[in-house]
Amino acid sequence: MADKPKAAKGLTPAKPPPWNNPAVRSLVFQALALALLGYFFYVVLQNTMSNMESRGITTGFQFLHEPAGFGILMSLIDYSETDTYGRTFFVGLLNTLLVSSLGIIFATILGFTLGIARLSRNWLISKLAVVYIEIFRNIPLLLQIFFWYIAVLQTLPGAKHSLKIGEAFFLNNRGFYFPAPVFKDGFGLVVAAFAAAVVGVVYLVKWARRRQEETGRQFPVFPVSLGIIIGAAAAAFWVEGMPISWNYPTLKRFSFEGGGRIIPELMALLWALTMYTAAFIAEVVRSGILSVSHGQTEAARALGLRGGPTLRLIIIPQALRVIIPPLTSQYLNLTKNSSLATAIGYPDLVSVFMGTTLNQTGQAVEVVAMTMAVYLTISLTISTGMNWYNKKMALKER
Amino acid sequence: MTDVVHKPDLAPPVTTVGVIGWVRKNLFATPFDTVLTLFGAYLVITFVLPALNWAIIDASWSGKDQSACTGEGACWVFIIERINFFVYGFIDEKFYWRVNLVFIMFAALIVPQFLAKFPKKAWLGWFLVTGYPVISYILLVGGSFGLADIDTGKWGGIMLTLVLSFVGIVAALPVGVLLALGRRSKMPVIRGICVCFIELWRGVPLISVLFMASVMLPLFLPEGVNFNKLLRAMIGIVMFQSAYMAEVVRGGLQAIPKGQYEAAEALGLNYWKSMVLIILPQALKMVIPGIVNTFIALFKDTTLVLIIGLLDVLAAVQAAIVDPAWKSVATEGYVFAAAVFWVFCFSMSRYSQALERKLYTGHKR
Repeated sequence: MADKPKAAKGLTPAKPPPWNNPAVRSLVFQALALALLGYFFYVVLQNTMSNMESRGITTGFQFLHEPAGFGILMSLIDYSETDTYGRTFFVGLLNTLLVSSLGIIFATILGFTLGIARLSRNWLISKLAVVYIEIFRNIPLLLQIFFWYIAVLQTLPGAKHSLKIGEAFFLNNRGFYFPAPVFKDGFGLVVAAFAAAVVGVVYLVKWARRRQEETGRQFPVFPVSLGIIIGAAAAAFWVEGMPISWNYPTLKRFSFEGGGRIIPELMALLWALTMYTAAFIAEVVRSGILSVSHGQTEAARALGLRGGPTLRLIIIPQALRVIIPPLTSQYLNLTKNSSLATAIGYPDLVSVFMGTTLNQTGQAVEVVAMTMAVYLTISLTISTGMNWYNKKMALKER
Repeated sequence: MTDVVHKPDLAPPVTTVGVIGWVRKNLFATPFDTVLTLFGAYLVITFVLPALNWAIIDASWSGKDQSACTGEGACWVFIIERINFFVYGFIDEKFYWRVNLVFIMFAALIVPQFLAKFPKKAWLGWFLVTGYPVISYILLVGGSFGLADIDTGKWGGIMLTLVLSFVGIVAALPVGVLLALGRRSKMPVIRGICVCFIELWRGVPLISVLFMASVMLPLFLPEGVNFNKLLRAMIGIVMFQSAYMAEVVRGGLQAIPKGQYEAAEALGLNYWKSMVLIILPQALKMVIPGIVNTFIALFKDTTLVLIIGLLDVLAAVQAAIVDPAWKSVATEGYVFAAAVFWVFCFSMSRYSQALERKLYTGHKR
């Protein structure tokens, strides 16, 4: 109000000075930001180069071909001390993927159970679920991992006094021992029969859906498919003369031999990840189910649908739309949290590669970059997939 | 007509009201419900009751050392004896008053925020995030106003956890807001930088960020310049959590109807004024639950600093339970640490729920 509008004299407004022109300003800001960023990276690069030179570290990825010379507690692929640093990367990566995928499966089962229990009309069950969720959600995961590893698993009795279920499963401070399956020659046929049955079921489902759309007649897809899959596998199993045997763990002088073993580090990590993430998944599931308004149930009833189909066709698809995005981010969190393995010595990617390998080689930049790249790839892959799913599932509005 | 006699209504059957009615409705409504209730009761009897028994009834509370513990229940003597270590870490006993003063000031500033009507509440809130950190810094680090130095390497326990989370929370929110605004900026370069920053930090685990802060940061700095370990951990935590905060705030910004932006422009407000006066107050209010959840996550994540060698509550417990003077006190130590975290996290989540209800002004449609 105080300053006079300059445009009043002519019909076209006077051109604003360049520092008041939004387009010019935004260009200047961006150029400035870019220059600052470039300068920042330049300085960092310079410093890193000179620091590495003065410490006698050569840059590059040649170290990946050198022998590692340290043992790893657990490996899914063949590994010995003479293998290269490059191989330690894959050992760690596979261990990370193992614990994350198992954790995702168990946490999903437990989380959905808890989420539904939380909404149960049964007072006791719903209150127990609340107590569980509020306790495990509000205690740091690292603390829970330490608790299970140090306060529970390490205080278990030694091999001689193992806790046991029958003569097959043993739990002691060295881990959990279970009978390992030994597959004989004919087992390939069982797998083949199973695979063939699955393929057959896929076609059956397609046929049943088409028939229902054309004629309206329904086909009991689920029991029939289950019967086909189990029947085919069981038949092949029987024809081949039961080509499987079990290798039981047996107590030798100080420890168990034979059978399969889960190391306590893996147990503690998996247990803690499952319990922690399940509490979050339970809340996700609860909010998803609550987000479907009661009118939907009533509408389904009005259409004549019974309880089961209402849940399957009306409630769950709508609840899933709300559940899936936060559920995916919980899965991502679980995968990233599995890196806490390093605190108890489970040989995951961070513990093996960013821990031991980094300390031995001193190649901090390369090792940290590789490790971060792995996690970034996992995250970006999952979030891209999630965005695609989200688009597909989003409400189609005007 | 006259022979109609009004009798009082019959009382409802005893099986539908009162305790019996409640039990029948909430515990034994159907056969399946009964099975569930029995299962729940089994869980309570096998897990909850023994745990309570261990923690309270059989526990030993008084004494000086290991011999005071019977071994049946929890040995809280251990916690009571080592409580100074768990609260202050390795700080010298003669400096405790300075830490206590910081705690008391914090309590005095934060409590009014929870009360509905307190005079000059907003001013106290601003002081909490501006003046208070400065005073705390002077008190905790020392070296000025005639206060003796305290080596930050000696900080530990609850005090360190609180300092880390306070700094993290106070710094991550503004950085997160700036990142969120940057991500929605119309300038492609700014937007690109913010997107890269956010996605990079969100995509990697905090451990690798802390490792990076402790192993790689010294490489990035010119020779001779060195941050101490505490500062490096703080930088790592703030970088990491501000990326999460940015995504939460962005959610709020996206939920503001376009009309609000246009109305701000129509009023002649420039970018920063329209953001600060119109958009952000609404957006932040909308995402309070998300912001508090990020705070809670940050608070829990401070435990990770033990991996790079700082002595937070958990690390202090870890260090104390291996003391040979105490046998098998691991569970007690962890339960104590868990209780500390639980109290803070649970009250934060309750506070956010209360705030959400209070600030609900009918914007949700």
